[in-house]
Amino acid sequence: MGWVNAIIQGILTGGLYALFACGLSLMFGVMKVVNLAHGDLAVVAAYIGIGVITVTKVPFLWSVPIVVVIMAVLGYVLQRSLLQAAISRGELTTLIVTFGLSIVIENALLQFFTANNRGIGVGSSLISASFSLGSGLQIAWLNVVIFLLAVVVLLSLQFFLSASKYGRLIRAVSDDREAAQLAGADYRHVFGIAAALAFSTVALAGIAYGMTTVISPTSGTDTILLFAFAAVVIGGLGSLWGTLIGGIILGVAQQIGAQINISYELLAGYIVFLAVLVIRPQGITGRRTQS
Amino acid sequence: MSTSATGAPAQQGAPLLDVRDLVVYHGQLRALSGVSLRVFPGEVYAIIGANGAGKSTLLRTIAGLHHPTEGSIVYDGADVTGMRPEKRATAGISMVPENRRLFPSLTLEENLRVGATFARSGPWTIERVYDVFPWMRDRRRQRTAQLSGGEQQSVAIGRALVANPRVLLLDELSLGLAPVIVQRIYEMMPQILSSGVTVLLVEQDVSQALRVATRLHCLLEGHTTLEGPPASFTAEQVEAGYFGMGEQAASAGSKPEGSEA
Repeated sequence: MGWVNAIIQGILTGGLYALFACGLSLMFGVMKVVNLAHGDLAVVAAYIGIGVITVTKVPFLWSVPIVVVIMAVLGYVLQRSLLQAAISRGELTTLIVTFGLSIVIENALLQFFTANNRGIGVGSSLISASFSLGSGLQIAWLNVVIFLLAVVVLLSLQFFLSASKYGRLIRAVSDDREAAQLAGADYRHVFGIAAALAFSTVALAGIAYGMTTVISPTSGTDTILLFAFAAVVIGGLGSLWGTLIGGIILGVAQQIGAQINISYELLAGYIVFLAVLVIRPQGITGRRTQS
Repeated sequence: MSTSATGAPAQQGAPLLDVRDLVVYHGQLRALSGVSLRVFPGEVYAIIGANGAGKSTLLRTIAGLHHPTEGSIVYDGADVTGMRPEKRATAGISMVPENRRLFPSLTLEENLRVGATFARSGPWTIERVYDVFPWMRDRRRQRTAQLSGGEQQSVAIGRALVANPRVLLLDELSLGLAPVIVQRIYEMMPQILSSGVTVLLVEQDVSQALRVATRLHCLLEGHTTLEGPPASFTAEQVEAGYFGMGEQAASAGSKPEGSEA
């Protein structure tokens, strides 16, 4: 029963990893920005969530759209200012700038929130509730909810990109920036929209992570960024559904590793990650873009 | 005078596009050295020249993709020299770029819809483009990568037309296409002109340019060698202007400024 449990838990964890990964994948797919501050921004979102709940005393569910909107606005502003300035100076610059941003965020969080761990208070009912699937199989409702959230986020993103006016412009700009300009599209604004979209998913990822476990200022690069990278690489760069597949494979690998020996959890995930890099560097889905 | 001796429309009234003494550098390379031209409404203004003469640079600078170090671009009476390319597009300067530059991951219809997103109001719609190219209707859900070169060029023209431009810049329409296909694409020029669009085109294929142009402008290494109605030049003068032999012989035609005054 232990193996079945490991696989089911791994699949559900994969949903969370897909949430981590889809914003990273979107930013790279559209703007060719490898956002090294991705994980830290998710942690920022979680802290904003904690802050919103403690200051305004709104119920947890109300805080989610507030955090998403705040992060979306932050995404647009950051893209139009810092990231745009970096993009116009070359691809390597964006890497250095987001790396710097990551350090700044981490230290700012340490300064203001200390290194203590925190969790997002949801009210204990959802956090701890679970249901049983036969002998010894306990599934946490929270993990199911997060998995479904990831699927809904990916479906919405796909629908937005394929059917809306700005979705079409985002794909056009990521295909050919100059040709889009000739059609009258200000690519900087379109980039801003894409960043707002990516940051909204980052907000959800941060909140979901803060619910499943405790966060600290360093969780961003320690965990979220690394898992997001692994999921993106396993699934295939620039592919939305690839992030879900990659997330699930990473989650299952980790759980199976933990089943063998609890200390192998992370190791097993990275072994699969390296194996995919060697055997199939373009990822499982293996296409540059998928819409 | 209302028409020139050759029957071409006269350059009179206010120019739609007035380019003055344009100097453009690509890094260290001086691509354009003081090129001037004036395009009047209803003209088909053809820029010819050999590879590397600066034709595409000139067109891309007018579209806003390159920035001149000297000179100015006046469109419809307003200086647009410092204006961003997307602003020029929405103001009515549309370009069909060299090599088509369609969006490969978008369908044919999505390509046209991107072109129509920021369109001015005017006669061109996606439906009208389908009327001009009926084959597109059946294949509108295909990715443009699956289309042939000539078909892609038609889509690129359609994408520019649905923006309802006042000036249409065509960069090397014939590049990489079979002569028959080129012929067919140029056959739709009257339909474009009858909708009130003014055309400024760059063409390496001189015979094709001479067939459609009401005015000819020849570039050589970033300089103007010929400017005037095509019929005012002999074949030898055009050849000299194109290849750069005996430039003086060509100046008998006309010079950029004051030729029609």
